[in-house]
Amino acid sequence: MNDIVSLLTPLSVHTPRFVTYTEKGWHLDALIVTERIIDATRVLADAGYTLETITGVDWPEQGNIELVYDLFHSDRRERAVLRVRIGRDGAEAKSISSLFSGAAWHEREAHDFFGVRFEGLADHTPLLLAEDADYHPLRKDYGAQANDVHQT
Amino acid sequence: MQLPFSIETFIRFALYVVGFLAFAIFNAVILGWGERKIMARIQRRIGPKEVGPFGLLQIPADVIKLLAKQFRTPKGGDTMLFLAAPALAIIPALMSFVAIPFAPGLLARDINIGLLMVYAFTTVVILGLLVGGLGSRNKYAIISAARAVSQNVAYEIPMLISVVTVVLITRTMNLTTIVDQQAGAFWHWNMFRFSASPLLPVLFIVYIICMLAETNRTPFDIAEAESELIAGAFTEYSGMGSGLFFLAEYANIVVGCSLAVILFLGGWHDPFGFFPGVWWFAAKLYFLVFFVIWVRWTFPRTQFYSLLNLSWKTLIPLTLGNLLLTGFWIKVFGP
Amino acid sequence: MYTKHKEETFVLNLGPQHPATHGVLRIKLTMDGEYIVNAEPVLGYIHRMHEKMAENRTYAQYLPNLSRLDYLGAISFSLAHCLIVEKACGIEVPERATVIRVIMAELNRITSHLLWFGALIVDLGGFTPMLYIFDDREKIIDMMDSITGSRLTFCYLRFGGVSCDIDDTFIAGVRDIVPYMRTRLKMYHALVSRNAILQERLVGIGNITPEMCRSYGASGAVARASGVKHDVRQAEPYSGYERYDFDIPMSTDGDSMARFSVKMEEMEQSLRIIEQAVKNVPAGAYRNGKVPRTLTPAVGDFYQAVETPRGAFGIRMVSDGSNTPYRMKLRSPCLSNLSLLPEVVEGMLLADMLAFMGSLDLVIPEIDR
Repeated sequence: MNDIVSLLTPLSVHTPRFVTYTEKGWHLDALIVTERIIDATRVLADAGYTLETITGVDWPEQGNIELVYDLFHSDRRERAVLRVRIGRDGAEAKSISSLFSGAAWHEREAHDFFGVRFEGLADHTPLLLAEDADYHPLRKDYGAQANDVHQT
Repeated sequence: MQLPFSIETFIRFALYVVGFLAFAIFNAVILGWGERKIMARIQRRIGPKEVGPFGLLQIPADVIKLLAKQFRTPKGGDTMLFLAAPALAIIPALMSFVAIPFAPGLLARDINIGLLMVYAFTTVVILGLLVGGLGSRNKYAIISAARAVSQNVAYEIPMLISVVTVVLITRTMNLTTIVDQQAGAFWHWNMFRFSASPLLPVLFIVYIICMLAETNRTPFDIAEAESELIAGAFTEYSGMGSGLFFLAEYANIVVGCSLAVILFLGGWHDPFGFFPGVWWFAAKLYFLVFFVIWVRWTFPRTQFYSLLNLSWKTLIPLTLGNLLLTGFWIKVFGP
Repeated sequence: MYTKHKEETFVLNLGPQHPATHGVLRIKLTMDGEYIVNAEPVLGYIHRMHEKMAENRTYAQYLPNLSRLDYLGAISFSLAHCLIVEKACGIEVPERATVIRVIMAELNRITSHLLWFGALIVDLGGFTPMLYIFDDREKIIDMMDSITGSRLTFCYLRFGGVSCDIDDTFIAGVRDIVPYMRTRLKMYHALVSRNAILQERLVGIGNITPEMCRSYGASGAVARASGVKHDVRQAEPYSGYERYDFDIPMSTDGDSMARFSVKMEEMEQSLRIIEQAVKNVPAGAYRNGKVPRTLTPAVGDFYQAVETPRGAFGIRMVSDGSNTPYRMKLRSPCLSNLSLLPEVVEGMLLADMLAFMGSLDLVIPEIDR
């Protein structure tokens, strides 16, 4: 995996680091510069990784949205996680659907829930929400908050 | 007033019309009940048991329910075609009963070209399906109608060629004469008439396959594929409209099986030559019907192109070859 | 076989209500006669926003939600949630509990595969096997019901173990089920798998290449039938799976028949695991007694993958140290499997597409969450 680390380092904000698998559930963690995500994903795609999912996480107090890319190599049994941070207003990211065709649906879902627009993704129609939905439910400033949690 | 026909003919005619309708409806009731019970037993269930003894009144109860439902024609569909379809499906089957001999005296009209008449009428049935699909304004129905027409046209040919082979052997199209030629024990039946052709059992099997395909029964029910097209060409029919298609399906099965019994299995003759009669006809007929139902609940359905390939590439060459062989055999080895 | 030669196409809606889509899936098909020119799945008819629900419930309150995702393989989904929370909070699971979890998960896998089998054959027109598999499922589900209290949407697993201990009747019942299921599988192979009509309906339909699997993220039997060796139970073992000796059925054909054979063989392998597990169930606690009432995992994010009957299910959990998750992402295996449908189905006949979809083994509530 060290060959990948050396290829990813110029594209990352900090040096990619290894985490304890038994504690976290993956091996390599890298925070990628937002504009270079396609190149970073290409490094992993060429090495034989599969894209498992794209997760969006909303950090309102940090003022950005984090996109987490989970990739897995079935032969080497290694998991890599790439992250990017994009702004909350006018959230724009680059689409990796040219590398992984399955990314298109994950990105559409991220657009549904967080309002992220992906450059290079042709179809931004809602995947799971209604066709005319213009709200983004998983943002922290949307709708019902923790009002039905029973404290025990 | 001078009538063109006698009162006696008129009464006889009326009795036969009523008789055939009664027979067709009785068959639909018995076959419907039989199908549900046999299906249930094959699937390790019990089937209808509440309505009437052994569930025998289930189909009459269903008929009453269907009569009570509203018959709607789809808005925007072609009403005339939509209404004509059930009639086109059921009337030819009822007409075919006119020529079929159930017992030595039990037939409506001893028509000299009875075989030709029956097949002429059974060909019209597919028109009912096509017209119903077209008039429904439903894309699924149109797909089903198109499939059904291709399938029926494809399977008409080997069926008719095998029937022509039998006519070549029997030298008559009169159904009563065909049965009379098979008098005696079962080795006189047309299926085992090896003096005329060695491949007659094969012809019988081909005929049964074609009959399954003509009546759109599984494994050839791609036109009505329940899990794809819901009910195919009949999707939009409610109430007695769908009841009539149901009746037509069973009537067609009975006609097809009756012809198989007459052409190949000796009609009303006893396998051992002692007590010929209508009970033997009924036994053989219902055995074939049981086989048709059994096959339906055992096999999945074939894909459309392999269904057509089976007909065009396998059955037609097979039956044509058989026809040539039969002609050669009869010429060389005598009648 | 198919060449586009006409401009006349029509749109056929394989609507949300359809016997063959196994849930509320809508596919907009552009058809040229019987050939499919374009297939566009439209999702969201059963979208219940489970991921937002997670942010408003405590970890324990969220347990029932996971069974409703994929109701046929509910134990594996609950297992993923329990494992990730146990990983994040550092909760230990007693030996007996891990073995019970494996037994339940594998029994659940068999019932799920049996239903897939019946539904696939019904889609192809053979109505009878559906009734036979319900008979088999009834025996297994009755046993699971006696312990867990549910027949379908199991909410049996708890953090640190299981909610209810198994007894000797259950173990004896499981011991009897294994040879019974083996004879039933033999019957299914003889009556169904070797049927000429079924072979002709499935062989060569819907070829999926390994590159396609990698590109779309397909997992489970779909990937294994195309030659991609990926089973989470062997790649990233959890809950003691490394102790059991079982094969991963694979094929390189990549067509629907390969997926069919792989899943049928998986049932046999599940029986092997159950046999080994039930031989020696360790005595001891069935639940870690020292789990606090309110769980507050460490700050950070975690990932857990689990092999469900449909593929690799993953949870990515982000915790902010409070008693509710900050973000709970559910990675649905069927979503990735379904995303390769538009590419594979182009140029296919309609009936073949339904056979292909049946072989993919989709459960729509899991896709829509």
